[in-house]
Amino acid sequence: MSDLLTVRGLRLGFGKTEVVHGVDLQVLEGPYGLGVIGESGSGKTTIGRAVLRLHPALDGSITYRGCDVLTMTRVELSAYRREVQLVFQDGDGALDPRMSVQSAIAEPLAIHRTVARGERRDRVAALLAEVGLGSDLLARYPHELSGGERQRVVIARALALEPKLLVLDEPTSALDVTVQERVLQLIERLREHRSLGYILISHNLAVIDRLSESCVVLYQGAVVERGRTRDLLTTPLHPYTRALRAAVPELGVGRPPSTSRLTDGPPQTSSLLQPAGQGCSYADRCPLAVKMCRSQTPVLREVAGREIACHRAEDSLSL
Amino acid sequence: MMLEVRDLRISYRDQVVASVPTLDLEPGQVLGIAGESGSGKSQTALALMGLTRYANGVVSGSMVLDGRELLTLSPRQWRLVRGRDIAMILQSPRAALNPTMKLGALFSRTLRLHGMDKEERGPRMVQALAEVVLDAEILDRYPHEISGGQAQRFAIALVAALRVKVLIADEPTSALDVTVQAEVIDVLRNLRNRHGTAIIFISHDLSVIGELADAVMVMRDGAVVEQGSAESIFNQPTQEYTRMLLAAIPVIGGRSR
Repeated sequence: MSDLLTVRGLRLGFGKTEVVHGVDLQVLEGPYGLGVIGESGSGKTTIGRAVLRLHPALDGSITYRGCDVLTMTRVELSAYRREVQLVFQDGDGALDPRMSVQSAIAEPLAIHRTVARGERRDRVAALLAEVGLGSDLLARYPHELSGGERQRVVIARALALEPKLLVLDEPTSALDVTVQERVLQLIERLREHRSLGYILISHNLAVIDRLSESCVVLYQGAVVERGRTRDLLTTPLHPYTRALRAAVPELGVGRPPSTSRLTDGPPQTSSLLQPAGQGCSYADRCPLAVKMCRSQTPVLREVAGREIACHRAEDSLSL
Repeated sequence: MMLEVRDLRISYRDQVVASVPTLDLEPGQVLGIAGESGSGKSQTALALMGLTRYANGVVSGSMVLDGRELLTLSPRQWRLVRGRDIAMILQSPRAALNPTMKLGALFSRTLRLHGMDKEERGPRMVQALAEVVLDAEILDRYPHEISGGQAQRFAIALVAALRVKVLIADEPTSALDVTVQAEVIDVLRNLRNRHGTAIIFISHDLSVIGELADAVMVMRDGAVVEQGSAESIFNQPTQEYTRMLLAAIPVIGGRSR
């Protein structure tokens, strides 16, 4: 299968601070999901924005179906943004409070002039039906919708231009579990019907597990583990992936309290200012860290059918 | 029984938004309240904090803490109970912290308002911070200078320092990353074990409730659907709605690609 999107050596920053240090990503032609896992501050949202060229790249390349995204002209970029759409976590913030559902979904059709004015109304109703909402919502405003309805409207708006690739940034994190379940089912259905490729950004491992073929784990702006989603989540190898996996609450009671996971949290902004390349960024939290981890930065290498950036990957295997 | 709630009804303009027939809590016990948005779980929490009146709500029934009826307290009496005997932590802990005050001043002021001597405050603050695994240097920072997980732990440190009897935690980890969520749950567990604090843990996610709760109450549309020991709710739910809530939790390895 060929690549829909390829990202190589992407480096991103804010001002003089580099926050994403050389990330590679690959999304195959749909239906295909790439999961991006990471905590707040890991750079996952910035990467999603950079894919749409909403955030400038310091270095690296982004290739969409053979075309270099970073050197696209305005006209090319406009065409690219028809095919690649972003869905935010917060359906509330993503919708203009003064626009009805009808106008919100019709707006991209009007801007990109892909559908004649007279046909827009029907198209909007069809999109709304596709995300499981009735046309009675067309005249409503965002504040009159529930969280789940709002997120469906955001998805319908993203689908209006028949995209090939979606960037889903925490699409269900703001929703109750029952509503989340229905949105997950919707994404599952859409990916098959429309052969969608997507980048699914989430900190929820169960959501990543359900909706992605492969995934990467980000820690402080670098990929620490990459591979097939099922392998990564059933037998995580990188100590950070293991910590994430162990932190997921499992259904049921009587689990012994987890031990040794309490630390004073990931270092805050100050450490981001340090140049990358001074040892492993996870060493301070890592139970397996040895001297070498603080002096040499581990690079991604293949271990047990996946890529992992850890000096102690082999030792992790035997744990 | 430390806290006994009977026939609690919360209404706004004659419309009942939540009713809880019975809610009992012993010291050191954790009660999980599960439900979706609009189920009445947060309204129940507001009533237990004596805050409903400030939203023009009316509460009837009875809420007895250590033999004392709370529903008949005056606003002035409530101020001595709230924060001291019953306290609350919220989904966004930073919103609960005054952004113009350094955490040290905020902490000290809270202890002073609840009548703690100056000599006692310092050691109590240091000890409470240690219990939630925060460095005392955090006292010199402003709320916006700390992470969400640290802010939530700081809020729990206030609870620990005041030896609160009942802590109401309303979606305390819903805005946090999974590893940070696990840390906050550990801190709450420590609080319960060390000081015997009873906790009412409110969440839409039963899997998070399962980490901590001894008893569970499931609410929907303002009514209690089912309540019982955590074990019975998780292993033998009797109501269809509880089963649905349990089934909605995504599980790793459930339906992998």
